[in-house]
Amino acid sequence: MPSAPRELLHSFRGEELLADVIAGLIGDARHVAVGASSPVPAAAALLARERGRGRPYVSLLGSRRQSFFTDGGRELFDCAGQGRIDAFFLSGGQIDGEGNINLVAIGDYAKPKVRFPGSFGSAYLYYVVPKVILFRLEHSRRTLVEKVDFISAPGTSADHVYRAGGPVALITSRCLFTFERRRRRFALASVHPGHAVAEVVEHTGFRFDQPPEVPVTAAPSPETLRILRTAVAAQLIEIYPKFAAEVFGVRQSV
Amino acid sequence: MIARSLDEALAVITDGCALAVPREASGGAMAATRALIRRGIKRLHLIALPTSSLQADLLIGAGCVETIETSAVSLGEFGPAPRFTAAVTAGTIRVKDAICPALHAAFQAAEKGVPFMPLRGLIGSDVLAQRKDWKVIDNPFGNDDPIVLLPAIRPDVALFHAPLADREGNIWIGRDRELATMAHAAAKTVVTVEKLHEGSLFDDPTLAAGALGGFYIEAIAVAPNGAWPLALADHYGADAAHLAEYARMAASADGFAAYLDRHVHAQRAA
Repeated sequence: MPSAPRELLHSFRGEELLADVIAGLIGDARHVAVGASSPVPAAAALLARERGRGRPYVSLLGSRRQSFFTDGGRELFDCAGQGRIDAFFLSGGQIDGEGNINLVAIGDYAKPKVRFPGSFGSAYLYYVVPKVILFRLEHSRRTLVEKVDFISAPGTSADHVYRAGGPVALITSRCLFTFERRRRRFALASVHPGHAVAEVVEHTGFRFDQPPEVPVTAAPSPETLRILRTAVAAQLIEIYPKFAAEVFGVRQSV
Repeated sequence: MIARSLDEALAVITDGCALAVPREASGGAMAATRALIRRGIKRLHLIALPTSSLQADLLIGAGCVETIETSAVSLGEFGPAPRFTAAVTAGTIRVKDAICPALHAAFQAAEKGVPFMPLRGLIGSDVLAQRKDWKVIDNPFGNDDPIVLLPAIRPDVALFHAPLADREGNIWIGRDRELATMAHAAAKTVVTVEKLHEGSLFDDPTLAAGALGGFYIEAIAVAPNGAWPLALADHYGADAAHLAEYARMAASADGFAAYLDRHVHAQRAA
């Protein structure tokens, strides 16, 4: 059989690039938890565990297999409250330049123009999990705004408020930002292949720091793509069947 | 305690009652929810522990809900919950926005019989700003350490679906322990189950570890496939084709009405 052309072997989907970058951000963690409706972070956590040969522990909310919790829904939050969860992921209908996230509504809260599902565990986990990675695929002035309409969870807190955790980075379909808590500000860390700094500026509603040279986000290696498309894809089917089918072309065996 | 019919078991869920339901992953009593809609239940104060999906969306769309307390309503992979979204933007329901651990903690306060529970986080959020019933105090054991207090949530009725019940009224809930918390917190608990277990769940220590005592249970109805079209974890998966159809139909008020006609009003409880 003729082998596939080289460029095809090395082609990858945006979701695969993001999962690889997020796995890198997770870094050295003992326990990574992933909340509702977060297939890319789930893929990243499972990728980190495959690379780490079984570590970190991964807890996927809503999963039976990727969870060791036996004490009901509260165990995740109690675990986080004690500092036993090192990394978590949050998103927002709006995210602003100070790391505030909005999972509730656009417009006036009492009479909103747009209503989102709700705040989930954000206004707790954002405070107690050391490494919160913000994740928002749509990178536009609609989603990345100067000031959110509703603060589901604030990016930073006053000095006397208990705050063991908070945002470390924001990843979008165009780029990766890191977050500086002391300065309450994002900095552009890298721009994904095929995207440009000017484009990021144009589509971002908040101001951010920008180094003179902005690197291109490293593409996933063939080995990373292999792990994502086999071991990770197979584990994602349980709770993200649509995503696993669309991105990795794998389906649940009947 | 084992009711003769689903409707008989649901009799304690009356108009205007504070009804607690669990997150989808723990066992949504969907056959019971359709029966409540057929009955035309009204003015529910629906409390999700801590989120809801199709169950809340159906009840809201059918006009059964006055207030919902929840940390989110969403159809997950099938997108936003269309009737919840429409009702909130139209101003036809009241939402008490919470967060997941706050709801868990408030139910735990009720199960302990104490008036409130403290919780980290929340300070500086608009979730807290909108909740006049939540308070911030200075930690009495600390030094300049503000912390939020949440009043106990004591629902009138908790409703969920579980795999098994025995004839003594004990329920097997496995590792979905928030179902026990819900039952402990609520004044009354109604459960639908897949099937009856012969003998006592407490005779087998393996089953007993995942059991909830019949002491807490008001009524049980056998409803095979009672979580459909949602999954019952470890028993059957979600009906993805049906959920996709729901998301499509419920996108408009007319489509939702057609869905109710076809899948709720035209059906009888199993």
